[in-house]
Amino acid sequence: MRLVVGIVRPEKANDVLEALYRAEVRGVSISRVQGHGGELERVETYRGTTVKMGLAEKVRFEIAVSDDFVQPTIDALCEGARTGEVGDGKIFVLPLERAVRIRTGETDSGAVTPVRA
Amino acid sequence: MGFPIVTAQIDTGDTAWMLAATALVLMMTPALGLFYAGLVRSKNTLNTFMMSIAAIAVATVTWALIGYSLAFDGDGSIIGGLGNFAMQGVDFAPREGMTIPHLVFFAFQATFCIITTALVSGAVVERMRFGAFLVFAALWSVLVYAVLAHWAFGGGWLIAGGTLDFAGGVPVEMASGFSALAAALVVGARKDYGRQALLPHNAVYVLLGAGLLWFGWFGFNGGSGFSTGDASVLAFTNTLLTPACALVTWFALDLIRGRKVTAIGAATAIIVGCVLITPAGGFISPGWAIALGFLGALPCYAVIVWRPRTRVDETLDVLAAHGIAGFTGILFIGFVAQIGWNGVADGLLYGNAAQLGDQALAALAAPAYAFGMTFVLLKLIGLVMPLRASEHDEAVGMDVVQHGEEAYVTGEGAILVAPADGEVEVPVANPV
Repeated sequence: MRLVVGIVRPEKANDVLEALYRAEVRGVSISRVQGHGGELERVETYRGTTVKMGLAEKVRFEIAVSDDFVQPTIDALCEGARTGEVGDGKIFVLPLERAVRIRTGETDSGAVTPVRA
Repeated sequence: MGFPIVTAQIDTGDTAWMLAATALVLMMTPALGLFYAGLVRSKNTLNTFMMSIAAIAVATVTWALIGYSLAFDGDGSIIGGLGNFAMQGVDFAPREGMTIPHLVFFAFQATFCIITTALVSGAVVERMRFGAFLVFAALWSVLVYAVLAHWAFGGGWLIAGGTLDFAGGVPVEMASGFSALAAALVVGARKDYGRQALLPHNAVYVLLGAGLLWFGWFGFNGGSGFSTGDASVLAFTNTLLTPACALVTWFALDLIRGRKVTAIGAATAIIVGCVLITPAGGFISPGWAIALGFLGALPCYAVIVWRPRTRVDETLDVLAAHGIAGFTGILFIGFVAQIGWNGVADGLLYGNAAQLGDQALAALAAPAYAFGMTFVLLKLIGLVMPLRASEHDEAVGMDVVQHGEEAYVTGEGAILVAPADGEVEVPVANPV
């Protein structure tokens, strides 16, 4: 069981969701974050004030998956988020100690396996 | 200077109202910017708003230089003359048959040219390059707006032939609507159109923008009698009635179709209602204005539902809300105009079938000219400069790429570039 964290461009978030859906990864949380990963800063001007924007808008995906799904999830994130330019983002894979599905009390792999409707 | 200090024919009441009406109509353009900005995604807020502001800038200059002259100098059948080129002869004396200074008439008509130019931007938001839009706005305001304003208002062949158009069904509404369709076809769809849901980012802007547009529209229609006379008063009150009835109809249609009354639908209904009464305002009775709101909303609603199912990314539905509503309003006059209310002509229901013919002629000629001319104009501009931003820029958003600003900037992580550094910063091409 792993927690896959993917930080991607906001304009690619929809493509990532599509790719995850195709890979049958159904349990996803996303949040808007700001970050800096070495990409060039953009310059903006507001009246006389010129600033370098050191932080760029990103979307963070958090996806808890059973071991079999780790590689398909990473592949889907890469496929959906890549443009080839600096700033495409990162993927971090973390060990996951426990997971509980609140509704049923299922734990671990059972808790991260989507319910078939 | 040889200006007369005061002219006998000037009516102070009329002039006072027309000064206020002019300011009301000018306000409609930033209101339209707000309305449009709410309808796009947040990364394109400023660019969308700026297209309306740009119309104020560009169309005012072209109008003062040549547009006004081509529209209102002389009664040539296709185009006016150059007698008022660069505002020559536009002074304190009223135009023939009017009771307000020529300068006020000029300014009032300028605000119409401005908002109409801004309206067309709704078709091309979220992907058209700002520079290309500036060039387009300058040329369109002369080649399309001024020509159609001459046809319908300035003594051209439509008004000379008897077509009734009170406040701009021809040069404002049908011109912008059918030009928008042409612009959407030439510029092309947004890259994600039809593939992803591209949703309005702030419905409150949309409602507030629509409300301010309605407020301004009282000057637009109420000022189009150029006086405080009967026609202006009738148009003013009809501008309350028709949009309210269009709203009620829209609520009913929303309920039937989706079981919920939508806010963005309501904002759209306000615009549709105002457009419907624009050509008809001073020509039809209040009773028929109510009927126009109920009936006229139907074809516009149908087109708004149908258009997103096509491949035509006429993004903010200028065709449905302005083109179709203007078309409907122009034709409606042909049926229900009443000489008892307007002092000019009856429509078909009151025994004058010829009026419907005159109206139908305008309803065919104006869309054909606006569509054709806009199509050719944009194709020609496209030969000289790219019309649209790159896919990468479109993905990042037009605010950062075209203007170097964001609508909802937080300032977190922003590093001040001190002027003392003396370094010349070049905006980096790879932002977000």
